Amino acid sequence: MPTDDRTLTREQVLDAYRTVLRARTLDDRRFVLNRAGKLAFIISPRGHEVAQVAAITALQPGRDRFCLYYRNFAAALACGFTPEELMLSAFARAADPSSGGRQTPGNFGSRRRGVIIGSSTVGPQIPKAAGIGLALKWKGEGALCYVSFGEGATSQGDFHEGLNFAAIHRCPVIFFCENNRWAISVPQPLQVAGPGVAERAAGYGIPGVRVHGDDFFAVHLAVRQAAERARIGDGPTLIEAEVLRLQSHSTDDDQRAYRDAAELAAEAARDPIPRMRDMLIQRGWLTAEDDAGLRAEVDREVERATEAAEAAADPEPGSLGRHVYADA
Amino acid sequence: MPERNLVQAVRDALYEEMERDDRVCILGEDVGRKGGVFKATEGLQQRFGEQRVLDTPLAESSIAAVAQGLALEGFLPVAEMQFADYSFPAFNQIVNEIAKVRYRSNGDFGCPLVIRAPTGGGVRGALYHSQSPEAFYCHVPGLKVVLPSTPADAKGLLKAAIRDPDPVIFLEPKKLYRAERQEVGDGDAAVLPIGVATVVRPGTDLTAVTYGFMRAVTIQAASRLSADGIEVEIIDLRSLRPWDVESCVRSIEKTGRVAVVYEANRTGGFGAEIAAELAERCFASLDAPVSRIASPDVPAMPFSPSLEHAFMLNPDKVADGLRRVARY
Ligand SMILES: Cc1ncc(C[n+]2csc(CCOP(=O)(O)OP(=O)(O)O)c2C)c(N)n1
Repeated sequence: MPTDDRTLTREQVLDAYRTVLRARTLDDRRFVLNRAGKLAFIISPRGHEVAQVAAITALQPGRDRFCLYYRNFAAALACGFTPEELMLSAFARAADPSSGGRQTPGNFGSRRRGVIIGSSTVGPQIPKAAGIGLALKWKGEGALCYVSFGEGATSQGDFHEGLNFAAIHRCPVIFFCENNRWAISVPQPLQVAGPGVAERAAGYGIPGVRVHGDDFFAVHLAVRQAAERARIGDGPTLIEAEVLRLQSHSTDDDQRAYRDAAELAAEAARDPIPRMRDMLIQRGWLTAEDDAGLRAEVDREVERATEAAEAAADPEPGSLGRHVYADA
Repeated sequence: MPERNLVQAVRDALYEEMERDDRVCILGEDVGRKGGVFKATEGLQQRFGEQRVLDTPLAESSIAAVAQGLALEGFLPVAEMQFADYSFPAFNQIVNEIAKVRYRSNGDFGCPLVIRAPTGGGVRGALYHSQSPEAFYCHVPGLKVVLPSTPADAKGLLKAAIRDPDPVIFLEPKKLYRAERQEVGDGDAAVLPIGVATVVRPGTDLTAVTYGFMRAVTIQAASRLSADGIEVEIIDLRSLRPWDVESCVRSIEKTGRVAVVYEANRTGGFGAEIAAELAERCFASLDAPVSRIASPDVPAMPFSPSLEHAFMLNPDKVADGLRRVARY
């Protein structure tokens, strides 16, 4: 297991672990609310959380830019969104910081936090990140743009156009592919020709790295090294994190209809969160009691966030026509 | 005759046409193993195999382009765009290639294919699963555009689209997929001609020209006006390019008034074209200005129920609009 202790303190890693737990606890709560008929639509990060938080932990929210995609619930927390804010968007309340309840939850955006507002469309953030990277290069302040997407998105022409441009102009961009091997019901062999996504990098003359997405330190190291290259003008990196999709694509999907039951059971047993906890315990950074205490704290936090968001106001119908143009 | 809802009728049309002609094939995202995100292709891969029902990579431009390639080699592809909103990555292939191949080859090549896409809102699909983009495609000579609103029309017109020698954009109102069930015929007898409207409700005082989900909304609005002694004649166009101008003209010659009811935002919507054409053709018979009843000019339908409701036309809003025309 690659270690990255040199740059990470115990506090930072425990902080990341808390973010991972927050994501999972919030997600579990969303499903309870969904079954109760209170939330319409969920895209779960289940299985992706450790990879997402490890990646963002290697970057500088506040300084860097983040083009996230709809499965980046845990990444959004790592970028600074609070549990209450994510619940506000789940309930589509007026105070949802990303879109005021206009978008489906999962399309994160906050100028203040450097999180570029996304859409539900698969792929367009990839070449957009090249443009942001170009601007950051021109500004010369050492900031970079991180962009994430699933392996399905790599089939879009936008993927090629974005990587090609960023590579030609050595834009400070980290292309982070969360490969869970399924794009809704389409498996990787029908999606990605050749061995995988990381190998695509060679065609653009940029580094391509494949990491186990359940290995916090491995993901952190890959992203940190990509960030170092980006900040000194060495251009973009493509990282492929191998992750598990432990939930159906969304609440509109049931993966049991097209995936093998034994494979689903095997994946459920490889949940990355217990693995991260065990790693922390092995290192002596966490005890079982610490863990229980942390979880209880996170539970309370999620409880408060849910109550506050549920009680918050819906958007005013009269606000429908606002923000179509700058003057209204 | 069996009772079918709209999505079952679509599936039946695909099934029957594939049985009838082995050149008919299906391609798109999640159409195979999963049977489509709306189940429009359920069971077809089991019946016809993986070649004729092909799960494609997540790349709409290539879905349209590969369909065109197949059509140029004598197959009859039915491509599915998972949502009409996601047909835009394929816009270049559809507008510059598929629509123009016959004209630019001086008739040497043709492009018999169908592109199916769920369209419209009212299902809490938010900005990117609710759009009504028919006007974009209706603007393009070389394409035919069909937008049915009942199970029988969907089946009959899809069969006709598959048999048509030219490319057809076939838009299916997703709000109606599981709404009404009706008896639907089969075989050649079920085929309906493209370009022929249907009078849904006879009336003497006012003509309402509509299509898609707005047909049902307009019917409800008309019964409210009927209570006030105003009888609305409702025409469901079913096909938008070509559209049945003559049926509308005949109705307006009788009623002297017309409103066009459509779900897309008002400006530049296909209803604007209908209104312009009818104003030109019916000037002498009109007792009131041709009127449009459409959605507000905001970019798309928001997720929040309060905003979605504010966006969507409903029987009250349509009844108000119709009354204004009736009382002019
Ligand atoms: C352009 C476009 N086409 C289709 C869709 C519908 N859709 C949403 S997510 C998805 C699968 C995406 O898979 P992947 O990129 O692997 O990411 P994952 O959801 O597995 O994290 C599809 C087909 C879309 N949102 N955008």
